[in-house]
Amino acid sequence: MAASTQNPKRLQGLRNLWESLMQKRWLLPVLLGVGFVLSFAIPQFNLVNPYIQLIMMYVGINIILTTSLNLINGYMGEFSVGHAGFMSVGAYIAALLSTRVLPVEWIGWFFPFTVLIAGLGTALVGLVVAIPSFKTRGDYLAIVTLAFLMIVKSVIENIEAIGGPRGIPGIYRLTNLPWTFFWTLVAVWVIRNFIYSNFGRGVLSIREDEIASDLMSVNTRTVKLQAFVLSSFFAGVAGALFAHVLQFISPRVFDIVKSTDMLIMVYLGGIGSIAGSIVGATVYTVLLEVLRPLQVWRFVLMPLVLVLLMIYRPRGIMGLREFRWFIPSRDLFARKNWHANREKKEVSDATPAS
Amino acid sequence: MPLLQAKNVTHYFGGLCAVSDFNLDLEKGELVGVIGPNGAGKTTVFNLITGVYKATEGEILFDGTPLVGMRPNRITSLGIARTFQNIRLWQELSVLDNVRIANYTQLKYGTFSSFFHSGNFAREEDRTIQEAMDLLAVFKLEDYADETSKNLPYGLQRRLEIARAMATHPKLLLLDEPAAGMNPNEIGLLMEFIQWIRKQFDLTIILIEHQMRLVMGICERLKVLDFGATIAEGLPVEIQNNPQVLEAYLGEGVEV
Repeated sequence: MAASTQNPKRLQGLRNLWESLMQKRWLLPVLLGVGFVLSFAIPQFNLVNPYIQLIMMYVGINIILTTSLNLINGYMGEFSVGHAGFMSVGAYIAALLSTRVLPVEWIGWFFPFTVLIAGLGTALVGLVVAIPSFKTRGDYLAIVTLAFLMIVKSVIENIEAIGGPRGIPGIYRLTNLPWTFFWTLVAVWVIRNFIYSNFGRGVLSIREDEIASDLMSVNTRTVKLQAFVLSSFFAGVAGALFAHVLQFISPRVFDIVKSTDMLIMVYLGGIGSIAGSIVGATVYTVLLEVLRPLQVWRFVLMPLVLVLLMIYRPRGIMGLREFRWFIPSRDLFARKNWHANREKKEVSDATPAS
Repeated sequence: MPLLQAKNVTHYFGGLCAVSDFNLDLEKGELVGVIGPNGAGKTTVFNLITGVYKATEGEILFDGTPLVGMRPNRITSLGIARTFQNIRLWQELSVLDNVRIANYTQLKYGTFSSFFHSGNFAREEDRTIQEAMDLLAVFKLEDYADETSKNLPYGLQRRLEIARAMATHPKLLLLDEPAAGMNPNEIGLLMEFIQWIRKQFDLTIILIEHQMRLVMGICERLKVLDFGATIAEGLPVEIQNNPQVLEAYLGEGVEV
């Protein structure tokens, strides 16, 4: 009896603490600064063992993938299963640049540009899916993305010049913790900015009611194009980083299972939420590693966790909710500021008369 | 020149003729009602004007610009806004967002500004928030700005839909059954409200409605549709005594 009354109280206390933390907006830049310093310090002084460093890099890459996929599946409300396809395009562009195209002495310092070029190349490929999305939606667009994934995989498998089914071995391990941190930050920041913009709100409105969006002057084509291109750009970036961690890529790495992993992270974390993408990617990646001792059984346990989650929290951990930190203060305090301004105006209007 | 001109507009769904030979000359500032029994093609007329459907035959001109074949968002940005018979708000979004999104074409910044919140992003966003809040205040919805729109009571949702339509800066407003689900008292208020926004925003209005009290009370001119065909048009008083209209509504051989 005592425990049952105490528990909610303790929970309430935790919740209050969380709320008050979220109120302190200066904490976010401070935390990011600390993270950035740590990302240099950890590999430099071997603060944690290399295995954990590796997992940290995978967490970063998965955050990029999840956030970018959430833009399509969560914010726009479409169902794309082709994200692994975009990732493979980025991975192959970057891997080819590093192993075949660039002279050896360039590879190191050129790496950030390699990643950027991989992203841009993938963004171009993103148009392939964006254009059908003008006409098709829902289940049918999902099939289009599935077809895209299969085409990409088959094309790569059949071009001998890029290794065919054997893939590309011997990629230098150029992805390190600072770069992973940097690109994760850029991805989350840009996608968050896009969502809290005129176009991003257009994307949200498509999820809610596309016909109403069209009829309320939103250019749904522009907005879809932007969302798909942005999403595939960061999938390409993630692919490039991934190739330079794994050091070996082949078409089999980027099959439907990879897409499924990303879908799980998105829906675990919650649709339509940056915070959800971060939490989902982190929890999933870390859990899979923690459960490694269970061997094959972890692939039974993880889906079971998902089923339970969908029953008890159908919208995922953070579905359609957001950390206050991530919401621009302009939007967060729009109503308050407007009321305050109006009161001020009323006062100044009243002063001369009195 | 009339503000909106529909010439012999005809639309088929497969073999079914939904609207046949619809003609309308709408002068600036008019308030015209379109009435008719269920399934008469009234909403289809709205869908044809706003570009949801492409007219099979005929021409629609707005301020001299041909509308047939134009995408709906372009038509809306020319100055035609509408509300829906069954409310179509963006349900999970806030009241403020519902109005802000309809302000889409007014924001002048490009794709890259939206990625980095750079350039004139801040100025434009501040302006649209100000404008949207002012508009909400006009409709007495400013205190609900942060509320998720699906949580609003029914009457406020209807009002928000009109506010959202006004955010697109229309010259012509199409109201599709604004009184659906309202009681007589609320209908009285709605009549005053429509008259008021018409004056306030200098609007031309087309109104679809079943509530005869509302239609007869505020419309200057009526068109009556039945099975897609225009069976009568004229002043409300004329329509009330038109035998064809009575037949369409009440059936043949009814003595009134």
